[in-house]
Amino acid sequence: MPVPDSALSLRGVVKRYGAITAVAGLDLEVPAGTCVGLLGPNGAGKSTTMRLLTAQAIADEGAIEVLGYELPGESKQARAEMGVVPQLDNLDTTLTVEQNLIVFSHLYRVPRPERREAIERALEIANLRDRRHTRVDELSGGMRRRLLIARGLVHRPRLVLLDEPTVGLDPQVRQELWALIDRLRSEGISILMSTHYIEEAERLADTVTIMSHGKVVAEGPPAALVAEHAGGEVHEVYGPPARLAEIEAEAQAAGRRTRRTGTSVTIIGDFSGNGGPAADGVQRAANLEDVFVLLTGEEIA
Amino acid sequence: MTGAELTSEQIAPRPPREGRRLRRFERSAVGGVLVREMINFSSYWRSTTFSSTVEPTIYLLAFGFGLGSLISSVGDGISYEEFVGTGMVAMAVLFSSAMPSMFGTFVKYSFQRTYDAILAAPVDTEELVSAEALWMAMRASVFGCAPLLVAMIFGLDPSWGMLAVPFINFTAGFGWSCFGISIAAFVKSIDNFGYITSAVITPLFLVAGTFFPIDQLPQWAQVLAQLNPLYHCVELVRHAAFGWEGWADVWNYAALVAFGLLAWRVAIFGMRRKLVD
Repeated sequence: MPVPDSALSLRGVVKRYGAITAVAGLDLEVPAGTCVGLLGPNGAGKSTTMRLLTAQAIADEGAIEVLGYELPGESKQARAEMGVVPQLDNLDTTLTVEQNLIVFSHLYRVPRPERREAIERALEIANLRDRRHTRVDELSGGMRRRLLIARGLVHRPRLVLLDEPTVGLDPQVRQELWALIDRLRSEGISILMSTHYIEEAERLADTVTIMSHGKVVAEGPPAALVAEHAGGEVHEVYGPPARLAEIEAEAQAAGRRTRRTGTSVTIIGDFSGNGGPAADGVQRAANLEDVFVLLTGEEIA
Repeated sequence: MTGAELTSEQIAPRPPREGRRLRRFERSAVGGVLVREMINFSSYWRSTTFSSTVEPTIYLLAFGFGLGSLISSVGDGISYEEFVGTGMVAMAVLFSSAMPSMFGTFVKYSFQRTYDAILAAPVDTEELVSAEALWMAMRASVFGCAPLLVAMIFGLDPSWGMLAVPFINFTAGFGWSCFGISIAAFVKSIDNFGYITSAVITPLFLVAGTFFPIDQLPQWAQVLAQLNPLYHCVELVRHAAFGWEGWADVWNYAALVAFGLLAWRVAIFGMRRKLVD
């Protein structure tokens, strides 16, 4: 069987739940051996997309292909060759670390002679060798997440789906997980990672796909997206709300795009030279967060 | 953990296995789910075994010696203790299959999200449901023998036919676990189980012939009993203990098999609707 160039692809995929269209004509491609970051606000359709890829949701329209297998018909075969790390921790909490891995080595059909080795390998990946006999409900949040990831790698998959892999973790643990994800990518494992941490996507993803209302609004390498949608520089001004509103109005009157953060207003492009009330702001390099907010809107859905 | 310390051998993808195509229904998928249940069972078997042996003992003591002192024998010279002891087997099967399936299934899909994890692996709903029902049937098969053993302590004579009881229990247990899974698949909230236990299970269990022979009931109730899988289980177990009754038992067993097959398909349909959107 030839190795397909694309680890997964979705073409014109639509998924409705009653009156709500969660995924509205999605086109997405993960080239083999790359890491694609799926960014989007809550409700953009990221989790539904992940469920579609394991056939836990069935698309109403469109075509989905995973590792060369067509979904939903050949989904079981695809699932045998990919690993899934869910957003919600669904480990068996009354079992030990090792028992959780044993169960999944069976579910993933690791052949009997390789099982012992596969479990040792997964313990190594999770860095939980000394904790193998500890019950999951006695582990820290970071350890549980590492185990959750290792569980999805027990059968050495070619493709890994990571749904919000570091949500709710402290910065140290997050950085550990980033190192691991980066390591997976360097071994040629294809990765689709949904996240709403922009820094995570910026650091780990080869290309980023920004979703909003079930559709792709932009995609490309992080730096190219920034250059295309926010330019090189932005001008950020801090101040009390009334002043921010004033500056926003001024910038928009000058035909400039702006975005609000909690305590500041950011004007896209250089805005220091016009001598107006915004002149005391700081000039900084545009980043992916600017692009994200510009494209997905500021209001919380 | 630092990714840098891991070697390529530890994380590099496995080369795809040539020619191995997964079938629609795989024994290894069922086996995987069973392994999970067995490992889990090792952490809670004590409490389950305790309740499934102590409960029939209490019932036997209460009914056998309480009511038994008023009733000398039931029909063909069987003492009331023996009558209840054998009848309780079907109840033990029901309580160790339908109940844990109802609650267990609900907890596993809605609170623990276990089924989400299993379905993300190469396991389909049909395999998952079948494995869960098989597991509960095996448990019910063993626990269902407890009342018989307790009754023996109180004087029930062992007989060769009793060796068939675990198989009868297994068949009935499979149907009842599928019934439990189906209920869990169709209810909206765990509180609704109360309706099922009081409106469905309690009446079924009272008119199954466990505590009194149903031939004393009105004609219509006796006809309805033919639709009650518990009744067929009670009959089979009593006949296993006190003497087979030929075609009547073939019919009783066929009814249990039909119940099992029907409940199995309903459970798969219900869970697929619940788990795959």
